[in-house]
Amino acid sequence: MKHVDEYRDGDLAKSIAAAIAAEATRPSYRFMEFCGGHTHAIARYGLEDLLPPSVAMIHGPGCPVCVLPIGRIDEAIALVKSHPQVTLCTYADLMRVPASKGQSLMRAKADGADIRMVYSTLDAIEIAKAEPNRQVVFMAIGFETTTPPTAMAVRTAQKLDLKNFSILCNHVLTPSAIGAILDAGEEGVKLDGFVGPAHVSVIIGTQPYEPYARDYNKPVVVTGFEPLDVLQAVLMLVRQVNEGRAQVENQYLRAVTTAGNVKAQAEVSALFELRDSFEWRGLGAIPHSALTLKPEFAQYDAERRFQVARITASDNPACECGIILRGLKRPVDCKLFGIACTPDTPMGSCMVSSEGACAAHWTYGRFRELEKAS
Amino acid sequence: MTLQKPIRRKLDIANGRVDLSHGAGGRAMGQLIADIFHAALDNPLLRQANDQAAFDVPGGRMVMTTDGYVVTPLFFPGGDIGSLSVHGTINDLAMAGATPLYLSASFIIEEGFPLADLDRIARSMGQASRDAGVPVVTGDTKVVERGKADGVFISTAGVGMVPPGLNLSGDQARPGDVILVSGTMGDHGVAVMSKRDNLEFETEIQSDSAALHGLTATMVAAAQGGLKLMRDPTRGGLAATLNEVANQSRVGVRIREADLPIRDQVAAACELLGLDPLNVANEGKLVAVVQADRAEAVLEAMKAHPLGMDAAAIGEIIADDNHFVQMITVFGGGRMVDWLAGEQLPRIC
Repeated sequence: MKHVDEYRDGDLAKSIAAAIAAEATRPSYRFMEFCGGHTHAIARYGLEDLLPPSVAMIHGPGCPVCVLPIGRIDEAIALVKSHPQVTLCTYADLMRVPASKGQSLMRAKADGADIRMVYSTLDAIEIAKAEPNRQVVFMAIGFETTTPPTAMAVRTAQKLDLKNFSILCNHVLTPSAIGAILDAGEEGVKLDGFVGPAHVSVIIGTQPYEPYARDYNKPVVVTGFEPLDVLQAVLMLVRQVNEGRAQVENQYLRAVTTAGNVKAQAEVSALFELRDSFEWRGLGAIPHSALTLKPEFAQYDAERRFQVARITASDNPACECGIILRGLKRPVDCKLFGIACTPDTPMGSCMVSSEGACAAHWTYGRFRELEKAS
Repeated sequence: MTLQKPIRRKLDIANGRVDLSHGAGGRAMGQLIADIFHAALDNPLLRQANDQAAFDVPGGRMVMTTDGYVVTPLFFPGGDIGSLSVHGTINDLAMAGATPLYLSASFIIEEGFPLADLDRIARSMGQASRDAGVPVVTGDTKVVERGKADGVFISTAGVGMVPPGLNLSGDQARPGDVILVSGTMGDHGVAVMSKRDNLEFETEIQSDSAALHGLTATMVAAAQGGLKLMRDPTRGGLAATLNEVANQSRVGVRIREADLPIRDQVAAACELLGLDPLNVANEGKLVAVVQADRAEAVLEAMKAHPLGMDAAAIGEIIADDNHFVQMITVFGGGRMVDWLAGEQLPRIC
């Protein structure tokens, strides 16, 4: 645990927190942590308690489960229910996400649909090998971090000549989401900078964030998911704002380079192409913001193989996930939060996903409402 | 101040189906038990919602418990379903401060199950029961068609006697009481997970599966009436147990992350799997709530026992109308410790 413990040193944290408090001399600093992983690190380690009142952390849309429109879950449920030969494999995170009409993958499974939780894409490949009579469909979701493993699964299926493996591709792109937040202009959230993604940046590098620093004048500090990483990034952002700089800085030098993982990028470009447009939950339709398999890999594309019809479905009208994903409201500002909507009775996926802002606040931060009220 | 409580939706009994979250030890399971089992079977003893029931019989106070075992894989580092079923049942009795006396075991076996495995499980049960000094005195055997069960499931029952005047129950915790744990958290869950087919990883962690009635007897003696309650943090881990206690006793809980005993290997495995060790199951550990002035003495007694060497005081009971479990992190910040919603780790016990 050496390499973990050294990023969780409480005394070091207090000294970085003291530096932030001393240097944050302006009345307000508003930083968005793009990634749900950072949102959870902040909540789980109680980092809010270590920041001065002038520094506000705003939760961003970087939670793959949260930005997936519920129509996409409806499509997966429709696919597995209408094709008895289909086995749908999914990461556990998606199982409890509310779909339309009170459905979820977990309820569909209880109704008899063959839905299985897997830990990796290769588990799905193993199922396809072991059960040649089943049509195994892997529900592929996530940002750039999870796309290379999906690519690897398709390549493996190709190599093994598996006729019964395909993916339901919902992979999306981080820079598009950051762009959507910044392009919202006057109606959007006011920000002084971004805590940039950790794992995503391992793949794509820091280069894709340059336009946001340059053209929108927003500092970006790429950092890891450990609590000390996050505090260090906040300090670096405070310094950039104080000095009037807007640069892409890399705190996560132990894992992230400017160019990223070029091999993984090449493999993703070999298999996938951009969709013209993709509907994001909360952010709306964003052009060129998601991936689909290239036509030459059509046999591994469940959308084509099973002619999956697009389902458009709306969130519960009272659910404010969309506004929360844009950074304009906090989870507690939603009328459903903690009353009608809890992790056991979720109304929106931000309350379900282990990276969702509502889940983070419910699981780790709820007691703060008491302190504020008293 | 009290925060608004979540709306508790009733189970849709007419149209709903059981899903895996109903067996996960979280709130969904609590609702299933309340709306179906408590509704149908309601009585004052059941209403106490303890892992065992204690009642007066001629000659003293008796404790009774029952438990089902569906762990997969059946054999794991440090134990198997046989020894686990003996230890788990004894522990449910021991948590009431009882001396365990007799066990029963019923086997539901799938057609095609290897006799060698069944023999190994039965011998492991025999060994565990002899070591604990608590015999299995009656049993039942059923075989179901292939595919209607998964290898073997074991159901047990156990009875024991409580010393006169001792009344431990989940509703006895009061502000100021001290919370003790008997050792490292999360060992059993990680040991079982390390042998799952789709999750295999190299680890030296053994399940902590053990019978705790010897340890509890020394604690009862050392407490001199200051022991409020004991629980074994099995499914749902320490987090679920502390939340149960907070709700049953209508109090809050505050623990300190820095004082939690957690093995490095368990912390590392949890890191890898994205789990919180506080949610991971134990099978040979207990949580005790003790009056503050007896806490030191009980802790010393625990540390002197082979199964309590890593015992630690981890926090206090506080007044809180919201019944929150809070933790001071190693960073000095605060966070909640919640139940795990839904099912991430099926069939750990």
